[in-house]
Amino acid sequence: MELLKKYPKLFQWIFLLVAFFTLCFAIDVPETYKFIRGQAEFIKDPNQSTYTLFGAEVRYYAFDVFWRLPPLLGWLPIWINDSLFFLMNDWMPIEFWNEDTQEFRTQPLVLKITRNLTSFITFLIELIREILLGGVETIVAFTSWDWISENSWAELPGLPWTIVAAGAAILGYKLSGKGLALFAAIVMVYISIFGQWKPSMQTLSFILVAAPLSFIFGLSLGIMAFKSKRVEKALYPILLVMQTMPQYAVLVPAIVLFGVGDHAGVIITMVVAVPPMILLTLLGLRGVSPEVIEAGRMSGCNNLQLMFRVLIPTARRDILIGVNQVIMVCFSMAVISAFIGAKGLGFNLLLALNQLNIGLALEAGLCISLIAILLDKLSLAWANKQTDYFGNLTFFQRYKNLLFFSGAILIGIIFAYFGSFYFKEGFNYLYEIPHNKGISTADFWNKGVDWIWDTFFQTLKIFNTWLIVDVLQPMRAAYLRMPIVATFVLVMGAGYIIGGIRSALTVGGLTLFIALSPWWDRALVTTYMATFGVILSCVIGFTVGTLCFQNKHTTNFMLGVCDIFQTFPSFVYLIPVMMLFGVTDTSVLIAVVVYATIPATRYTIEGLKSVPSSLHDAASMSGVTKIQRLLKIEFPLALPHMMLGLNQTIVFALFMVIIGAFIGTEDLGQYILKAISDKKGAGIGLTLGLCVAFIGLVFDHLIRTWVEKRKKHLGID
Amino acid sequence: MTDTVIKCESVYKIFGTNAKKMLQEANGNVDAKTFQENGCIVGVNNASFEVLKGEMLVVMGLSGSGKSTLLRCISRLTDATAGKIFIEGQDLLSLNNKELIELRRNKMGMVFQSFALLPHKTVVENIAFPLQIKGIKTKDSINKAMEMVKLVGLDGRENYFPRELSGGQQQRVGIARSLAVEPDIWFLDEPFSALDPLIRKEMQDEFLRLQEKLQKTIMFITHDFDEALKLADRIAIMKDGIIEQLDTPANIVLNPATEYVKKFTEEVPREKVLKIEDVMEKPNNENLSDLKVLRNEIIENVAEKILTQEKSVSVIDENNQIVGTVHPSKIISTVFGGKKSTD
Repeated sequence: MELLKKYPKLFQWIFLLVAFFTLCFAIDVPETYKFIRGQAEFIKDPNQSTYTLFGAEVRYYAFDVFWRLPPLLGWLPIWINDSLFFLMNDWMPIEFWNEDTQEFRTQPLVLKITRNLTSFITFLIELIREILLGGVETIVAFTSWDWISENSWAELPGLPWTIVAAGAAILGYKLSGKGLALFAAIVMVYISIFGQWKPSMQTLSFILVAAPLSFIFGLSLGIMAFKSKRVEKALYPILLVMQTMPQYAVLVPAIVLFGVGDHAGVIITMVVAVPPMILLTLLGLRGVSPEVIEAGRMSGCNNLQLMFRVLIPTARRDILIGVNQVIMVCFSMAVISAFIGAKGLGFNLLLALNQLNIGLALEAGLCISLIAILLDKLSLAWANKQTDYFGNLTFFQRYKNLLFFSGAILIGIIFAYFGSFYFKEGFNYLYEIPHNKGISTADFWNKGVDWIWDTFFQTLKIFNTWLIVDVLQPMRAAYLRMPIVATFVLVMGAGYIIGGIRSALTVGGLTLFIALSPWWDRALVTTYMATFGVILSCVIGFTVGTLCFQNKHTTNFMLGVCDIFQTFPSFVYLIPVMMLFGVTDTSVLIAVVVYATIPATRYTIEGLKSVPSSLHDAASMSGVTKIQRLLKIEFPLALPHMMLGLNQTIVFALFMVIIGAFIGTEDLGQYILKAISDKKGAGIGLTLGLCVAFIGLVFDHLIRTWVEKRKKHLGID
Repeated sequence: MTDTVIKCESVYKIFGTNAKKMLQEANGNVDAKTFQENGCIVGVNNASFEVLKGEMLVVMGLSGSGKSTLLRCISRLTDATAGKIFIEGQDLLSLNNKELIELRRNKMGMVFQSFALLPHKTVVENIAFPLQIKGIKTKDSINKAMEMVKLVGLDGRENYFPRELSGGQQQRVGIARSLAVEPDIWFLDEPFSALDPLIRKEMQDEFLRLQEKLQKTIMFITHDFDEALKLADRIAIMKDGIIEQLDTPANIVLNPATEYVKKFTEEVPREKVLKIEDVMEKPNNENLSDLKVLRNEIIENVAEKILTQEKSVSVIDENNQIVGTVHPSKIISTVFGGKKSTD
């Protein structure tokens, strides 16, 4: 009884688990139950029933409420789809003056808006792309195709790669110094020599449009949310869902609204990249001390000056993290957008992965990662740049970077010109090294993969089989064996213990949405893969983080490693695992583990770092050993921060599981991938995305509530 | 010249949603407790006073006494709930946003407890900031800022970032920034509270040196009574939003108006606060010693000399005219007698 009083929560948890397992064992699997495989929806099972709502036929097994709920929300995807089409094609027709045909045309409002947005963004992409690579589209945009065919000379020539490389190096030098200049030059030369110039520049132009637009939108919405509580309240749920929504799922509605191509990719990238930017802007602005704001006011700032010269610069740290996130998401999406027809490295990467040409995929992946790191470093250096007011600069010193760049342009053009004489037949290597005409290491890597397969085939296979047969299959079966009542008891019970009745209802509501969708089984599979990944990631991440924290150098080293790994687009993680384990669940899970370990490690280190040093001293003076200090002082205090890491780990794991569908898994991701190629897939894709997002949100809600309570309890801000 | 620069007429600041209504109903009779029961917090309660040109008014009070709120009302960082505030005859509360910004850009400077420097700007950029906000060219503003850097003795550190400076140095930057636009009115909100005692003393001396040179009209907020005594021309002591007493340091020490004020004065070494003129008697024709002391000399500085005398000492003013006398026994009773009365 005394124990019960001392640890009431512990007994609540035990009681919850007992109830959960009792339910699991008490409820039998109905005989008619069957896991629906990917192709099965085209064949009607005799045991299935149907119902029709809003003209949509929904098929389901007539399960009892204890085992599985019938898919009462099955009409939702179809309804979403129909509404979307209605919006696009029939709603609010408005007359427009058409320049080309010189007459009025009627077009639905939404269609008109999306078309205008499309052409605007396409123009931006093409402009940058043609500066880098050459082409006629930009000139066409100002004139017409007829004009171009009459004047065949009118074409943007595109910059020789030497100039772009020199420009990048000079920019790096101007912003930061020799180090960055050298890095920029190496990256550019590498790209060029390895024949990745054209796709790289295509990707770069994609990013140079997507990233600034996302930044501007995110920043302005963040400012608006900061200024008005109402905007914040309206944005908050959207932001929350978008944080856990897999990027795949947003692709599908985008196809309906914007078609396929680079522009659709850019718009989707913005949709994904803006929410974190908003959140971080808001966080940063909130963090500015009131005295700094007052100091700004007393200096006579008007509202604009206060925002742009006091608040935003002071909140720079968080806003920069936002920029970093935007760049990360942009690169990630640059690859994923290849699914809807974006050109560039992502497309090559997907193609290579599809052909199982690991070497090519590796090269493309490396290029993306290098450009990502370069842009990340450049943006950081730009934000930290200082002005020198006191140097009495000569004309040359003041404009030396500009002069150097002009020189580089001149030399580049001369080189390219002479190159055209030297490389008579075929390609001018000083102008642009064509795709696959550069040095390629693909063969080397492919041979390496072959060698690994030849040498370690048995070992890998044994490991693979063991993992699948002895670990994954039983785990999956256990998850699928879970009756729905038991799941609800577990989830809502956890919610109740952690955050009271409100939390219980919140997580219950989120789970109910998934339970009433037609994909409950799939959601369970997704959850099982994510759970497996999260558990392993946390074990690895917490261990590595704790070990590294024992030494200052390893701490900084590890944080640096996390930084670099975080910059890699998520798809890149699939390359090495496919190299080793081929197309299996194991590959996906290992990619999940690797990807999700990053936040786990980072937050462990940061959490331990956040323990005040005075407590260290106090602990040392009480005569604790290193281990005792770790267990009694550091872990309990760092735990809230580490739990936020767990939160991120879950989100990362879910994303990777969904992306893993590309390799072939039987979870929600598989359906999302299918929806991309489905003409009527928009509704399905969006609903599936919501399902994944809600899985994430359930955990997110539980963890956040716990962290807040714990922080209050510990008195940490 | 004794122009009134700042003038407050029954200023109230009450936080809470229906503060205005409650205040009207209270009819000028504000009781903090009843307000608190109704969800309102009284920040400033019926403050009326004037600050003259070139005068330093120190507002003293413990945390939560409303002293910072009062300052923020006068700089209009928050709007007063009721009452009138005049800055050089101009009704502050009637100014529109644009006029207010103009006023701040040209007439007001403010120093903050936590320095409130912009972390992304160097020392000289921070100091030049109010000038640049005003629209002065970068080059001119930097030149002016460099003058200020020299004034506060930070030469050679102009390109440091705030994070690279010690607390005292950071506050020097804060002071320089607030003076950059050459304001007439200078607000200081606990400027030295976050500093170590030694640095604090150094900064107080530095501050007095600056004030001697610049002769600004000053409102200085502090929770340190000794600091108030050291710096002030006049002190306002606040408690729960009410100004308990507003007077010269000497009068506060000699005649505390309320029990609350008395508590502060008890521990104060009088000889360090009082001047000879505070304890002198009217000149009579008694036998005087040869020693003469100036009337505005602090007692502590001349006590030793006076105590060597047996007869009364004559007190003179700046023009060498005898204005009073002090007997050594008076000095002794001032130094040692203060506490007896409170026992």
